[in-house]
Amino acid sequence: MMHPNKKRLRRSMMFLNCQKPGLIKDPYIYGTDSIILDLEDAVAENQKDSARYSLYHALKEINYRGVERVVRMNGLDTPHWKEDIRVCVAGGADTIRIAKTESAQDVHVVEEHVLAAEREFGRPEGSTLLMAALESCRGVMNALEVCNSSDRLIGIALSGGDYTRDLQTVISGTGVELQGARQQMVIAARAAKVQCWDTVFTDLDNMEAFEKEVRMIKMMGFDGKSLVNPRQIEIVHEVFTPTKKEIIFADKIVREIDEKKAQGIGVFMVDGKMIDIAFYEGAVRTLKLAKAAGIYEEDL
Amino acid sequence: MVVQKSAVAGTLESSDAQVTVEPGSGTLELIVESNVIHQFGRQIRKTVLDVLERLEVTDAKVVVVDKGALDCTLKARVECAVYRSNDITETLPWGGAIK
Repeated sequence: MMHPNKKRLRRSMMFLNCQKPGLIKDPYIYGTDSIILDLEDAVAENQKDSARYSLYHALKEINYRGVERVVRMNGLDTPHWKEDIRVCVAGGADTIRIAKTESAQDVHVVEEHVLAAEREFGRPEGSTLLMAALESCRGVMNALEVCNSSDRLIGIALSGGDYTRDLQTVISGTGVELQGARQQMVIAARAAKVQCWDTVFTDLDNMEAFEKEVRMIKMMGFDGKSLVNPRQIEIVHEVFTPTKKEIIFADKIVREIDEKKAQGIGVFMVDGKMIDIAFYEGAVRTLKLAKAAGIYEEDL
Repeated sequence: MVVQKSAVAGTLESSDAQVTVEPGSGTLELIVESNVIHQFGRQIRKTVLDVLERLEVTDAKVVVVDKGALDCTLKARVECAVYRSNDITETLPWGGAIK
């Protein structure tokens, strides 16, 4: 049976440094869909142990009010990942983000240790979800096998900084260097029916370029974006939440198709547009998204 | 647990606490510095002493410089300092002595 939160709304996933108590004590006030409590790059090498204690108590004692608690663990090429997994599971993290994922085998290794930790700490088996960050050319090329690697896997996220380094280029601001990876990853995710998130945008003074990028990745098919600052949340939510006009149109399509199907009619007009069954899935997705965002309450 | 050597955890940033542990001289000595000592001093001491009791630390000097840390942060810093004093970073008792 599918985990009830596997497909939840994840438009915004905001990174927070686990080592900074001031950051992790109340991030739910910003209204992000998910927080990513970071044990990896944001935490200095000699503070990895310290961050785990902070993480454990934050997970156990802070009420994040329904915001998904994702933890980014250190990569499998470090000495930290096994204890990261133990503390994530013991603390009751909702999801673990696997850094530097390159293959299905990487996910299997993490999955095996997560299962062992669930048994050790008495959590229900299968309750900890996984997501994979693809940060290398090899990882991006293996996107489909990663997407298909585990029932626990909710999706894949692009990590643009490491990826462009591996590609021997830099983040230019135009997006041209990320074009191939974005396309490959979102197609793989859709083929495997998991979610897909875009990389962070770090130029906080250029909100115009940020919005342009968010609109582009929405059009490409992404489910949302990794974020580094609360100021970015509102724009992402605005772009990824259906408009009132889109919701009304989708509602009409679903009702009309259901009704016309019963009458044996395949093609018909809605608001001057020719509609057939091919529109059904998209309209249902729009309504589900609107419902998850709390702006649509019908039962279609 | 025996405090084997001096160890520090945490910072002096706002919402944090810096905890230093040193081998004791036969007793448990706790010193707390805080801007809110009059309001929360007793609570801070209780939280720290509860953690030390769970970790079975009975002979140490513990100095806490509080900068408005929540209970969960205080606990994390004390535990980290004590385990660091023993060079233990793996296979920790999450949910056991650490809770």
